[in-house]
Amino acid sequence: MASETVLELRGVSKEFSTHRAVADVSLQIPRGSFFSLLGPSGCGKTTILRMIAGFETPTAGEIWLNGECIDTLPPYRRNVNTVFQGYALFPHLNVQDNIEFGLRRKQAKDAAERVERVLEQVRLEGKASRRPSELSGGERQRVALARAIVLQPDVLLLDEPLSALDPLLRKQVRGELRDLQRRVDVTFLFVTHDQEEALSMSDQIAVMNAGALEQVGTPREIYAQPRTRFVAGFLGAMNWIGSAGLRPESVCITPQGRNAVVTGVVYLGSFCHVEMTLESGEAITAQISPVNPVGIGQTVCVSWNADDEVRC
Amino acid sequence: MKLRTAFVLPSAILMAVTMLAPLAIIVVYSFLSRGAYGGVQLPWTLENFTRVWDPVYGFIILRSLWVAAVATALCLILGFPLALFIARSGPRKNFYLSLVILPFWTSFLIRTYAWMFILRDTGIVNSALQSVGFIRQPLPLLYNYGAVILGLVYGFLPFMVLPLYATLERLDPSLIEAAADLGARPWDTLVRVVLPLCAPGIRAGAILTFVPCLGTYLTSDLLGGSKTVLIGNVVQNQFTASRDWPFGAALSLALMAIAIGLLLAVRRRGEELL
Repeated sequence: MASETVLELRGVSKEFSTHRAVADVSLQIPRGSFFSLLGPSGCGKTTILRMIAGFETPTAGEIWLNGECIDTLPPYRRNVNTVFQGYALFPHLNVQDNIEFGLRRKQAKDAAERVERVLEQVRLEGKASRRPSELSGGERQRVALARAIVLQPDVLLLDEPLSALDPLLRKQVRGELRDLQRRVDVTFLFVTHDQEEALSMSDQIAVMNAGALEQVGTPREIYAQPRTRFVAGFLGAMNWIGSAGLRPESVCITPQGRNAVVTGVVYLGSFCHVEMTLESGEAITAQISPVNPVGIGQTVCVSWNADDEVRC
Repeated sequence: MKLRTAFVLPSAILMAVTMLAPLAIIVVYSFLSRGAYGGVQLPWTLENFTRVWDPVYGFIILRSLWVAAVATALCLILGFPLALFIARSGPRKNFYLSLVILPFWTSFLIRTYAWMFILRDTGIVNSALQSVGFIRQPLPLLYNYGAVILGLVYGFLPFMVLPLYATLERLDPSLIEAAADLGARPWDTLVRVVLPLCAPGIRAGAILTFVPCLGTYLTSDLLGGSKTVLIGNVVQNQFTASRDWPFGAALSLALMAIAIGLLLAVRRRGEELL
């Protein structure tokens, strides 16, 4: 997507007294996109979010929002809003007042209508007078979203907003969040350590490791053409045959090919992971349909399409 | 006997003997007549309570309420920033807390005497100001309501700081960040988020400060002298110089009734006292 950049990080670093949390990160986030920062916990992605929100100051580099350098602005002067990991809803205020909080600070005249509209958008009509303690986890998450998007920020920062939900709900909310982002047309910067979340929701993903950026690209690029072994391994299982990476779903058990001895079979419902050892001694895992079972100790033949090999 | 009963029994007995028994004695005394040389004697009478309504005592009670209210308000104004500071000081919290509690290691009486040495005409403040040449005559720092309120604020500040600290320490820092994120300036965050969320601590601190200030007699006696009569001093006087124990008992019951009434007034529906 070739649209304009709404948020830009230029060589941003953050040193804490004990360690370097973010190392020279440069990023351009296109307006209106769903952009994910993906990485293991402690990789610096939340620190980046906090620097954009204004809770931390970069030790080097600049943050530009809408063509303005915002490094020195306090959080209340930045037109970005955050959905906190634990939602941080005000417990002494009901849903209506929580959502109105920001509008009142900005002295918005049409506050009541905007609250009503956003309640509709997040399907919380009729819950306006509830306290946060009277809501379910999913409802609280939607209040946190509503409270932020009602201010129409240039960028909405989401800090692992799904991690507090139970796994079933989490999958369902992914689609809802994606739909909401398209409907309200706000740029989302979404921090997560869950590669499935990032792959399924994002226009673009930036993969981080140990404070540094590993790769930026579309979900398809990141998964199919990882530039580093870290990216390859973090986005899903990967076999390493010589210097080539191979996803388990690219490995087939065929009548002809390289011989392999089955060492384990993991049944995962819609598919099976067959763990094997090649004659070269290398381990290889194939993802196959559970309809044609193989037994442990059995010798089978495996093959794959050379185009599926990943070099990095 | 169940174990939990056995554990509770000693303190229950102690409470009964040291709290309820004296209270019962006061109630009984308040309905008796004064003895010629102190003490009490028959017949039973209600006269002690009718005398409580004398406007003289009404004014003294109002003045005591005012002094206690001012002292409590000052404790809150001084104690809140202090409690906030301590709650935000990370690993040094416990050190600062122990400084707040440090005065309890010496007697309140001695500390009040220390204030007399600081404030009196030949005290530290006046001699210092005189030696520098700021003033020629000593300032009247002691024996007025200002000195009494200073002594009360000094003495009861820890009782305000500790409950405030307890609520502020539990306050989720992400709520403060959320307020800033939504456009609230620091003052707005304080008024709209921090203060409402520490209302329970403010209430507890206010009660712990106001009630003892209302009944104070030592501070007003030593720092206020004879010019500042608070209800605590009147009660004390009845049991000593005036030798009117029944009336002293009736006055202290009236004071207790006022304190309980105020507690009930500030109690929120469905919430326990303190």
